[in-house]
Amino acid sequence: MSDKLIIAGREFTNRLMVGTGKYATMDLMKQSLEAAEAEIVTVAVRRMNLDEPGESLLEHIDLSRYTLLPNTAGAATAEEAIRLARLARAAGLSDLIKLEVIPDPATLLPDVVGTLEAARILIKEGFTVLPYTTDDPIIAAKLEDAGAATVMPLASYIGSGRGFSDPARISLIIERAGVPVVVDAGLGVPSDAAMAMELGASAVLINTAIARAENPPLMAEAMKLGVRAGRMAFKAGRIPKLEQASASSPTGGIVK
Amino acid sequence: MRVIVNGQDKELPTGTTLGGLMELLKVDPRRVVVEYNREIINRSSWDEHISRELKEGDTLELVQLVGGG
Repeated sequence: MSDKLIIAGREFTNRLMVGTGKYATMDLMKQSLEAAEAEIVTVAVRRMNLDEPGESLLEHIDLSRYTLLPNTAGAATAEEAIRLARLARAAGLSDLIKLEVIPDPATLLPDVVGTLEAARILIKEGFTVLPYTTDDPIIAAKLEDAGAATVMPLASYIGSGRGFSDPARISLIIERAGVPVVVDAGLGVPSDAAMAMELGASAVLINTAIARAENPPLMAEAMKLGVRAGRMAFKAGRIPKLEQASASSPTGGIVK
Repeated sequence: MRVIVNGQDKELPTGTTLGGLMELLKVDPRRVVVEYNREIINRSSWDEHISRELKEGDTLELVQLVGGG
């Protein structure tokens, strides 16, 4: 059964996007991307270290296999995000951009006004924009109207592993959205990922929960299975929740 | 002549070119994105910029893709 994730006309099979940050070694990152069977992987744009150039990330990422999704992490304003997006595109590997405008280091919550502003400009410049946003359905709709290819609401704070703070709001975004909804940020365990997919999310993006697990490749595989199980359950159609019991065995023919 | 590369002051001989700076820093221009005084130099047109002479106070950013979420 074909069940493709389509983002701006591009088809993907795997619904688990994986971040490449925070791994103890490049090797662990590589193994984790493989175990997740990721197709879309996020990367960041940073100054190169002139004193100690170090290993290049791209030497460890098979570009024939993975689609790069550069982010604008580090941008506190729309202007900074636009600059980072342009730099990312100039690397010549992707015109996708995970748009993040994050002014507050304590919460890492997105500035949704700045995000919308930057999204409009980048979309005009031909970028395929995947904006990181709050779980606010009004903003999600505005981003979609502006031409965002997806909306990426947070489950909870970036890197917190807290899971969903308010799944009903994510459901509302999913119900109303005409573009794929990718739950990004705050997922901690495969049951969180499964829940996102059960709610009807099109995909999830996970970084810290894999990279900082005791065994990242094993957690990557577990997340992959969580996403898969959740997606299957969504397609299968869950039973309604009842207030009371409903017997599983026949209620007639009971031996007396 | 002093230019600023990735936030660091660099003292360079007058007449140093963009290509010369990359050699001096031992940076392969195919592996970074160069932003020169806020203008992004696309890799496809790098050869056209290689002989541009730097000036006192120029600002350059040499960036690359790194791990991120």
